[in-house]
Amino acid sequence: MQNVIYLLLRRMRLPLIVVILAYAVSILGLVLIPGVDDQGNPWRMDFFHAFYFVSFTGSTIGYGEIPYEFTDAQRFWTMIAMYTTVIAWLYAIGALFTLFQDAGFRQVLRYTLFTRQVRAINERFYLVCGLGDAGELLVRELAERHIRCVVVEKKEENLLALALEDLPVHVPALCGDALDSSVLLAAGLKHRHCAGVIALTDNDHINLTIAITSKLLAPDLQVICRSESHDSEANMASFGTDHIINPYDTFAERFAMMFQSPSMYLLYEWMTSLRETPLTDFSSPPRGEWILCGFGRFGKAVQKSITFEAVRTTVVESDIEGTRAPESAVAGRGTEAITLYEANVENAAGIIAGTDDDANNLSIIMTALDLNPELFTVARQNLRGNDAIYKAADIDLTMQPGTIIGRRIVDLLTTPLLSDFLNLARQENETWANILVSRVAGVLSDRPPDSWTITISRGETPAVIEMLEKVCAISLGMLYTDPRDVTLALPCVPLLLKRRHEGILVPGNDTMLQPDDQLLFCGRQGAEEHMRWTSKNFNALNYICTGRDNPTGYIWRRLSKNEAG
Amino acid sequence: MNLEKVFFAFFIVLALTLNFGFFIGDLDDPNHHNVYELFAALVVSLIATIMKFGDRAHIGAVLLATSLVADLQLIAAVIVWGIFVHATDTGLTPMVMSSIVSLSGGALLANVTSVIILVTETVMFRR
Repeated sequence: MQNVIYLLLRRMRLPLIVVILAYAVSILGLVLIPGVDDQGNPWRMDFFHAFYFVSFTGSTIGYGEIPYEFTDAQRFWTMIAMYTTVIAWLYAIGALFTLFQDAGFRQVLRYTLFTRQVRAINERFYLVCGLGDAGELLVRELAERHIRCVVVEKKEENLLALALEDLPVHVPALCGDALDSSVLLAAGLKHRHCAGVIALTDNDHINLTIAITSKLLAPDLQVICRSESHDSEANMASFGTDHIINPYDTFAERFAMMFQSPSMYLLYEWMTSLRETPLTDFSSPPRGEWILCGFGRFGKAVQKSITFEAVRTTVVESDIEGTRAPESAVAGRGTEAITLYEANVENAAGIIAGTDDDANNLSIIMTALDLNPELFTVARQNLRGNDAIYKAADIDLTMQPGTIIGRRIVDLLTTPLLSDFLNLARQENETWANILVSRVAGVLSDRPPDSWTITISRGETPAVIEMLEKVCAISLGMLYTDPRDVTLALPCVPLLLKRRHEGILVPGNDTMLQPDDQLLFCGRQGAEEHMRWTSKNFNALNYICTGRDNPTGYIWRRLSKNEAG
Repeated sequence: MNLEKVFFAFFIVLALTLNFGFFIGDLDDPNHHNVYELFAALVVSLIATIMKFGDRAHIGAVLLATSLVADLQLIAAVIVWGIFVHATDTGLTPMVMSSIVSLSGGALLANVTSVIILVTETVMFRR
C-alpha cells in the first residue's frame, strides 16, 4: 500500500499545485478589485467571501453574485476565475483518472492487493505455480475441500478463467513470473502458514528453478514438482524435492496395473477420482499384440511398463532414428490404413495413440477401429479443451496429463496415507483385491468414494484420547459406528492402520486403537463428518462405547449418583 | 544546478519568510498583522507541502510531516479569523488576534524546522 500512495502523491503533484494556484490567484483578484455594496458605498470583498465565491464557481455550482451585486470590473475578473478554476479541476481529475487507467499503476495496485491478501491468510495454504490444465484442476479440487491456495501464473488469460470460476474459498492469484524469487516471496513462500510449493508449469526448467528457490529460501516446505523428462527428474531429486510427478510414468504405471490386477486398479481409480465424476466401471484391457503409435516420452514409458507385464508391442513411429525406436518399428504416423496394416492391425488386441497431436491421435483411433472394431483403444489427450471430441470418439482409456498430475497431487496433499496403502496392497493377490473392491462397492452409492485420514491425537480426536485415558479401550469398530444409531455402521471401510512405521492392511473391527495411530478410511461421501463428530464429542463416543447416555450437566450428574448410591 | 531543487528550496524558505512577516509585531494588535500576508503564507505553505509529495527518502518524509504541521496551524488560524469576523459579531478583538497570531507562531516553528532540515541536507551533500 505504501508504494501505491507514494506513486499517487508523486503523480498528483503538478495537478494539485495548478489547482491551488488557480484558487489563490482567483481569490486574491476578487479581494483586490473594488466593488460597491447595496447602498452604493465603495466596498471590498474579504477573503472569507472570496473563498466561498471561488469554491462554488470552481466546482461549477454557482449561487450568483454575493453578498452584493458585482461591478463590471468584478464580473470581468470572475470570468477569468471561472475558466481557470474549472479547467484546473478538470485537469486534476483527468490526471487522477489517467493514473488509475495506467497499466503500470494498475499492476502495482493489483500486486499490493495480492500481497495483502496473502499476508492475511491465517490457515494452511499451498503455493501453486502455473495454472495450466493440472493447476486449474488442483486449485478447484483443493478449494472444494476448503484447502487454501495461492496462484502464480504468467499468462493473464488463464487467471481470468480462474477469476470467473465460482470457488468456495478465495484464491489470491498473481500474474507474474515464478522464476523471479521476489514474486514467490510475495506469494507467501516464507509465510508461516505456507505448507508447500507446487510447481506445475509446462516447462521443466522453470519447475526446477521454483523447486530450488523454495528449498533454499524455505527448506522446511514440502515441494512437489511436475517433470516430463527423467533428466530433470534426477536433477530435482538431487536437492530433496519431496515429490516429482511425471505424468507419463504415472499413467504407464497405472496402465500396467490394469493388466496386472484390474480390481486394484479399480480401487485406485475410485479413490483418486474427482468428487463430482460419476462412478465408472471399466473393462480390463486384453493381453496380446498391441500397437503403439508415437514413441516419444509417453510411448517409451508405456512400452516399458507393459513389456514388463508380458504384453508384446509393435511400435509405429515416423521418426524412428530421432526417437531411438526399436528396429522392428513400422515407419509412419499411424493415421493411414497402410501403416496400420503393416503393423498387423487385424490381429492386434489393442492400440495406443500416443503422439503429441490430438487430431492425429483421434485419427489413429478412428482409422484403426475401421480396420478392426474389436480393438481396445487408448489415446493420449494433450489439451483439456478437446474433452468433448475425445468423449465422442468413445475411447476405452484416455490419458490426459493435466488430469493425471492434478489428481495425483490432490491425493498426496489430502490423503498422504494412500500411497502407503497402495504400496502395501500391491503385494497382495487379485483375490484379496476382489474382496476389498466388493466390500467398498457395498457401502457406496453412485458417486466415487471419499478417502480420509484420521490421526488419533489430542488435536484431532480429543474424545478418543479422553476415552482411552479415563474409561476404556476403544476398538476400531466403535470409531465407525453410526452415532445416530449404534446398531449400524457408517458406510466406510478402514483400509490402513499405520502404527509407528508399520502398516496394517484392512484392519479388523476389533483392532484396539492407540494414541498416534493413523487410519485411512474410504467410504461414502459424508461419512467422514459423522466419524469426525464421534471422535471429537466425548458424549457421543461414550454412548457408542457403553450404550449409556451419561448425564453431562452438574446437577444431573449429582442426581444420578444419588440414585445409584 | 537542479531546477527542481531551486523551486523546492524557494517555496520552503518563502513559506517561512511570509509566515514570519505575518507573525512579527504586537501579539494582539490587528494593525501589525496583515490578512494578505496570512493568505500568502497559507497558499505558499500548501504548495510547499505538495512539492514534498512522493519523496520516499526518510528526510523527505520528515519534511512532509513538518510541512503538514505548518498547514494545519495556518488553516486553524484562518478558520479562527473567518469564524470570529464573519460568523459571529465578535470582530478582531485583541483576544481573537492573539490566538490567530499564536497559531501562526506554531506554524512558524514548523517552518523553521523545515528550513533547518533543508539546510542540514544541503550541507551533508556538499555539491
